[in-house]
Amino acid sequence: MSRRQDRHQRPAWSGPLGLYASGTTWLHRLGPGAKSVGLAVVGLLVLVVRGPWGAVLLLAAVTVAAASAGLRRRNVLRSLLPILVTAGVVGLYQWWQRGPAIAVEVAAGLVTVVLAACVVTATTRSDHLLDALGRALAPLRHVGLPPRTVALSVALMIRSVPALLATAGQVRDAARARGLERSPRALLVPAAVRTVARARSTGEALAARGLGD
Amino acid sequence: MIELAGATVTAYTGTGHGGQQEILTILHPVTCTLVEQRVAVIGANGSGKSTLARLVNGLVLPSAGTVTVNGLDTLTHGAAVRRQVGFVFTDPDAQLVMPTAVEDIGLSLHRLDLSAAERDERARAALARFGLGDRAEVPVHALSGGQKQLLALAGVLATEPAVLVCDEPTTLLDLRWRSTVDTLLEGLDQQVLLVTHDLEAAARADRVLVVDEARVVFDGDPRQGVATYRDLMAVHR
Repeated sequence: MSRRQDRHQRPAWSGPLGLYASGTTWLHRLGPGAKSVGLAVVGLLVLVVRGPWGAVLLLAAVTVAAASAGLRRRNVLRSLLPILVTAGVVGLYQWWQRGPAIAVEVAAGLVTVVLAACVVTATTRSDHLLDALGRALAPLRHVGLPPRTVALSVALMIRSVPALLATAGQVRDAARARGLERSPRALLVPAAVRTVARARSTGEALAARGLGD
Repeated sequence: MIELAGATVTAYTGTGHGGQQEILTILHPVTCTLVEQRVAVIGANGSGKSTLARLVNGLVLPSAGTVTVNGLDTLTHGAAVRRQVGFVFTDPDAQLVMPTAVEDIGLSLHRLDLSAAERDERARAALARFGLGDRAEVPVHALSGGQKQLLALAGVLATEPAVLVCDEPTTLLDLRWRSTVDTLLEGLDQQVLLVTHDLEAAARADRVLVVDEARVVFDGDPRQGVATYRDLMAVHR
């Protein structure tokens, strides 16, 4: 279907990064703690594994995990598009500077980590993630930091991804409506202001719900 | 029971001539005891209505005087007050911080120290009560404005507060959703403090406070209160 024919409006954000997609797959059933450890291991392996074949194999493994989590391919590709573009640019630069093997290793590593993060956030509910983080961060209590508050901050940061992208979309539309779509100032300034305003209103909403107490 | 005793809100506005800090009074001293089931607060934009509402659950603390809810001072027992007083904002997008409906209500329930299964059960029950049972897993951004406001209400009421403060909860809604939310609010067992521009809803309350230029200029019978407000705004029918 051509772009002209595909006139259905899409929501501001429908990708899996930061957005839970309900399901009953093994990854949905796996505890948030185990998935967080898995994500950390993937990140570590990306750093440790050397050579293009190892990087591609790791990417393939995470892709299989994403497929087994029942994530919609179109949504995954949409959310990964900026990373794929970034990986392409970085890969080309590395190819020019250090050769094809390093280029593949770096680009695949980047995509692997983001895809793994997508899988974790798409298969884990925020409140379950919050519980797991709260337990994992419990030792922080000994240095005077409330684990639940720190966990809430981390969970909110992860879940802010769709909201921030929605804000960027609104700002872009507002700039377009005024014929300013090519003005970086008309895009960046309101986006920054709205993001700060959203952070403040989120803080106020959390305070009103007694979550910072 | 909500008690305000000389509750005043002031703010520094910056440094004026001679290096003195200038102080703006956002709400002049308010003294009243609210025991009625439905209390409406009406007034012009920027008159101090929202500040008055925010005093009640400690989002704003009085610069002078005291605010107590069921005997608990918002200044010294803020956390305990917020456990008793739920707050609904005008814009539900400001209130809903989690990506899906069930997760957002789950977040509200976090402070109750329930197990994950209990939280989930209560969250789904709250959604079902507000007719959002089939929206549990839907991303919040995909809900309509009315559904978002219902979700915000559900999230607040899931924790079973004794008092509900609503800051213009129907301002952004169309007539149908406004009617739905009004009906829900009127059917609640909780004491409700409703800040509103909807004069029909205000007239149905048990008591009305009219706020004008940072002062409570009327406190009493709803119909008289609405008439006073109309006079102030020079809006006559």
